[in-house]
Amino acid sequence: MRERALPFSPWHLLLAPAAILFALPFAWMVLSSFMSNAQINHFPPTIIPDSLHVVGWDHVLRRATFPSWFVNSMIVASVTVVSNLVFCSLAGYAFARLRFRGSSLLFALIIATLIIPFQLTMIPTFIVMERLNLVDTLAALIIPGLVTPLGVFLMRQFFVSLPREVEEAARIDGCSRLGVLLHVAIPLARPALATLAALTFLISWNDLLWPVIAINSDETFTLPLGLTTFQGQHTQDWAAVMAGNVITAVPVVVAFLLAQRTFIESLTSSAVKG
Amino acid sequence: MSSEAAAAPPRPLAKRILGETPSAWVFVAPAAVIIVGLAIVPIGWSLVLSFRASDLLSPGHSVGFANYDALLDDPDLRSAVGHTLVFTGLFVPLSIVFGLLLAIALNRPIRLIGFYRTAILLPFIASTAVQGVLFSYIFDERFGVANAVLDKLGIARQGFLGDPDQALLVIVLIALWGGVGFSVIIYLAALQDVPRDLVDAARVDGAKRLGVLRHVVLPQLMPVTVFLVIWQTLLSLQLFDLVYATTRGGPLDSTVVVVYYVYKQAFVLFNAGYAAAVAYVVAAFLIALACLQILYRRLSARHA
Repeated sequence: MRERALPFSPWHLLLAPAAILFALPFAWMVLSSFMSNAQINHFPPTIIPDSLHVVGWDHVLRRATFPSWFVNSMIVASVTVVSNLVFCSLAGYAFARLRFRGSSLLFALIIATLIIPFQLTMIPTFIVMERLNLVDTLAALIIPGLVTPLGVFLMRQFFVSLPREVEEAARIDGCSRLGVLLHVAIPLARPALATLAALTFLISWNDLLWPVIAINSDETFTLPLGLTTFQGQHTQDWAAVMAGNVITAVPVVVAFLLAQRTFIESLTSSAVKG
Repeated sequence: MSSEAAAAPPRPLAKRILGETPSAWVFVAPAAVIIVGLAIVPIGWSLVLSFRASDLLSPGHSVGFANYDALLDDPDLRSAVGHTLVFTGLFVPLSIVFGLLLAIALNRPIRLIGFYRTAILLPFIASTAVQGVLFSYIFDERFGVANAVLDKLGIARQGFLGDPDQALLVIVLIALWGGVGFSVIIYLAALQDVPRDLVDAARVDGAKRLGVLRHVVLPQLMPVTVFLVIWQTLLSLQLFDLVYATTRGGPLDSTVVVVYYVYKQAFVLFNAGYAAAVAYVVAAFLIALACLQILYRRLSARHA
């Protein structure tokens, strides 16, 4: 053992300031949402609000459309997650286990779309939504994300790694393909499905570019779009803007704190693509 | 395809056309329709559009290569490319260096490590809209805490996002705060895969800590580093959200980046044909970059 000059590991000297640097802006966001605008405009800022003010929260919850943006974001994210779980499992299982004509071509095509940047497809996608009369509806936000190529890829990789024997036993017992998938493969796939759910939730909840393009009326906004628009309209009302920011951040932050391992796994797995 | 088919009795027509498991098509149909319909079809559509003068809502008329000619000497596009390259040139190396440093530190079994890891990864999980709006507040010229701190230190107040000379650099800072987490996650996973006995062997041979890092750990991390360089470059070249949530291209167009320019041309100015041409040229670069990554993977897999 080396002799130590410090009573604690020297790594704390790097990690403690780093952790503060990364976490402090969030703390400041929450604190500011409970300040009065006089406190925010007071210079230098009052670091600890002497009394809690809820003007910002009152504005955001009663007079602005944040609650319905929250509902919109929840609808878009949950439909996207559920549909990805169902359709990516089905497709991933078929590519992993079933032999059908065109399977390798179709799979290659799906994988190839992984490297296509969104700005190349966004203009025609908008035109398609326009033709279908879906612009400015939640459907326009949901449809492009119903199945993600990465999800199909991840589920296929998972099902390939499952031992065939388990499934074959069920087949011999007279189970159909769908039965095997539902009763044997899916229960084994829980960790992979959790990873996929976390990843799709993050992507869907945080998306800004596509909502900016596809949505233009206030009542159809998602939270990130509503938040940036609200900020543009209320540049002097930082307490309210920060309250809205807390609302937008909280669901993802809570989900991350509850299932940190799953989220980290899903982000690492997104790296295997290509 | 199937070699055993020769000996087998003749199969029903459906099976002969669709393969062993026609029902498999039912399994993949939703994925195929969505992915082909909303990725493959738009690629062709964009190409057609890039040869037309279209205002997004009407089909417009063909203009040959005019859009591509125009983009070659478009000063606004040139400065958007410049901003994008400055952002990429700063963000990519810094996010990788800081990511590696933090990952090495977080890989230590010390007290509070779970707290440190959560705190450092949290910004990356938050939406870019949240990050952008939060830092618009922190860097607000009049009410922001950043200028308050400068005041306390006796340094002149800065314009930050309101200053055309600083805005892009401030966006790099915000992007680092919010984006370094990805490098940390990837490096942490890779560090855990560095064989313990390799490190121990080097230690036994008398290598110092830094020596082990340089000659044992870093070479092991090489493939991950290549991946991260390309991944972070692809993300940087496609920067949009953070600009939209902070400056919307301003002040004085000093933060207009390429994707923001495409968005503005297509959806604000309604030059959809021109926007598609720009998007096509940019996408060609991005796809070439992604292919480079795939190629590197293939090559290093062969040598492994």
